[in-house]
Amino acid sequence: MNPFWIALIAVIVVPIIGGLLAGIDRKITARLQGRWGPPIVQPFFDFFKLLGKSRIATSRMQFVWIYGYLVFMIACLVFLVLKLDILLLVFLLGFAGVSFALGGFSCKSPYSHFGANRELLQMLSYEPVLLLMALGIYAQNGSFMISEIFNRSEPLLASLWPIFIALLVILTIKLRKSPFDISTSHHAHQELVKGIMTEYSGPYYALIQLTEWYEIVLLLGIIALFWANPLWVGILIALAAFILELFIDNIAARMTAGWMVRFSWAIGLVLCVLNIAYLYLMKGVS
Amino acid sequence: MGIIHTSRIKSPWIMHFDNSSCNGCDIEVLACLTPLYDVERFGIVNMGNPKHADVLVITGPVNRRTARVLKNLYAQVPDPKMVIAVGTCACSGGVFHNCYNILGGVDKVVPVDVYVPGCAARPEAIIDGVVLALQKLAQAQGVAK
Ligand code: SF4
Repeated sequence: MNPFWIALIAVIVVPIIGGLLAGIDRKITARLQGRWGPPIVQPFFDFFKLLGKSRIATSRMQFVWIYGYLVFMIACLVFLVLKLDILLLVFLLGFAGVSFALGGFSCKSPYSHFGANRELLQMLSYEPVLLLMALGIYAQNGSFMISEIFNRSEPLLASLWPIFIALLVILTIKLRKSPFDISTSHHAHQELVKGIMTEYSGPYYALIQLTEWYEIVLLLGIIALFWANPLWVGILIALAAFILELFIDNIAARMTAGWMVRFSWAIGLVLCVLNIAYLYLMKGVS
Repeated sequence: MGIIHTSRIKSPWIMHFDNSSCNGCDIEVLACLTPLYDVERFGIVNMGNPKHADVLVITGPVNRRTARVLKNLYAQVPDPKMVIAVGTCACSGGVFHNCYNILGGVDKVVPVDVYVPGCAARPEAIIDGVVLALQKLAQAQGVAK
């Protein structure tokens, strides 16, 4: 099929999947807490309601950054579905994160600044691991192209399982789940008002939610790459990882930002570096 | 407009503001969010941020200090918004009526859409109040169309 159509279909279908995943998230969380929980389509109700609210602007620059966040996230997704370069995908994800943090910095509210500072700390803790993941895939495949991953008969998970574990930690940080929900958090357990999202309201908050839906699917897609052949096993693994995150979210309390950076570096970086070093030693590549 | 209209009624996010209540009504509002009453079934979520809220749930009588804060919070909630006064104090001043620093009910400062009486208001009554507010919103939009 023409790559343009693949990208277009992905951009349209992915937010629907992401919204449903967010709804399943809220439902399962509610059941774990002994509640009935909202219907699974609740995130869509929230989204359309926010679209219909009045626009209140605190700073005009903030909206430029929030569109940047959305556009970079969509670019990442296009890279994934067209099976392009995974290293560039990681960089684009970094740009998306920076746009979001700058959006938080661009208005005067101290809550928003706190949230943005913490968002930067989050990036500090996950960005190196994502980069090392790309390097690990290179060490295994000899290429950064995602299409190469699909050409292998043996899954990446067999040789890259330490990196996979590090990626699960990163997933918790990226999805803003406890114990890592420090820059902002989801429903009813907010800290610092709403952190980085404090100043966004109405349609702009809806845009952030849309971007988060893209992000959920993108991250689960990256996890699915670890068993790309056949892909349905990878998708099952990704869904299992998603459910695991929900359990961790419900049994963990929020930890401090410094602890988050130490933890993700101590676990994530060490696992990634050991994994890559092992690959090079076994292959004898200089 | 159809889907946005339905969504408004399906997802009211509340923000709870305590003027100077005795804390009786506040814990009843929080009780609505616990698993027993579980208002998230109806899409009601407690936000700590006026900019994300649709419904202001206000408890306690307005005093001279909180009037300014309340006006500020009301202005920060994006339209369309609803105000619910929970408890006798928020409706009329209640037991604090005629105190030297009390202005009276919430309607002295911001327009109130729904009054939920009771000292303290029961969680069922608070949930009913939110539902009533949403019906009012739906009717208002029906007239506007
Ligand atoms: S109505 Fe009763 S319970 Fe509620 S704030 Fe007033 S005195 Fe307290």
